[in-house]
Amino acid sequence: MITKMTITNIHVLNQDSAYDFYVNKLGFKLVDDIPMGPESRWLTVSPPEQPDLQLVLFPVTVSKMFPKDVAETLIGLIKKGIFGCGVLTCNDIFATYEELKAKGVEFIKAPTKEFYGTEALFKDDSGNYFSLQPLNNFGNENSI
Amino acid sequence: MDQYPKVYLYRRIVQAKLFIDKNYAERIDLSYISDEACFSKFHFTRLFKAIYAKTPHQYLTWVRIEKAQQLLREDKSVSETCFLVGFDSLTSFSGLFKRNVGISPSSYQAQMQQLKLAIKKSPVSFVPSCFALQHGWLEE
Repeated sequence: MITKMTITNIHVLNQDSAYDFYVNKLGFKLVDDIPMGPESRWLTVSPPEQPDLQLVLFPVTVSKMFPKDVAETLIGLIKKGIFGCGVLTCNDIFATYEELKAKGVEFIKAPTKEFYGTEALFKDDSGNYFSLQPLNNFGNENSI
Repeated sequence: MDQYPKVYLYRRIVQAKLFIDKNYAERIDLSYISDEACFSKFHFTRLFKAIYAKTPHQYLTWVRIEKAQQLLREDKSVSETCFLVGFDSLTSFSGLFKRNVGISPSSYQAQMQQLKLAIKKSPVSFVPSCFALQHGWLEE
């Protein structure tokens, strides 16, 4: 019986820039940063209160399993902002929105009431986008 | 929705949080932060805790212990780490570290050093095969 997802990946265009975005802007915790050759490293981060889920910040590089045309197509799609990568949860969506905006994170959508609760949308440094929702999304989302 | 309810309060509390993030290594007087944010200390603490589930003081300690773990992983000595993250006393630093992390700073550093040695010896054995294969690391 499968019980949990523990590691998943996000394709990024540049690992240095992705590190800065996920660790210094979003506040994720660095888990692994292991050099794997001259051009890439095994770089994983976790949401601050979810240490048992690692996100691999996976660079798109050419390999035997990942031929040049596939890598180029994927890079093009990431740059176009095609990929929605998931929902991130916060205690307070308005405080998180203000903090991330102050740190220069680009929002596609400010906190907006939807039928499923309040939601905002932002992009990472590569062009992947995430939904941001408060933990308590069906009650009063304001903490103060 | 830039004009959500109490937007002005949120912005002041978020600025105070960012101030702690930036200045955790300094001697931070939380009364000064609440004055700067134009709140009474009591009101400031209440709003901060409502948003972050920690008092400003608890949050400052949390940030310092997080940074301390990073510095210990980078092989800074325990005493150097203690002062670099803003503690005055090694005893109180060690006590708070153990309470938050579960082990002493020196044990934490020893564990991290062992892990680093194991990673250096065989980096690819720390990468799940589905990723190593996709990246071609298993062929090298």
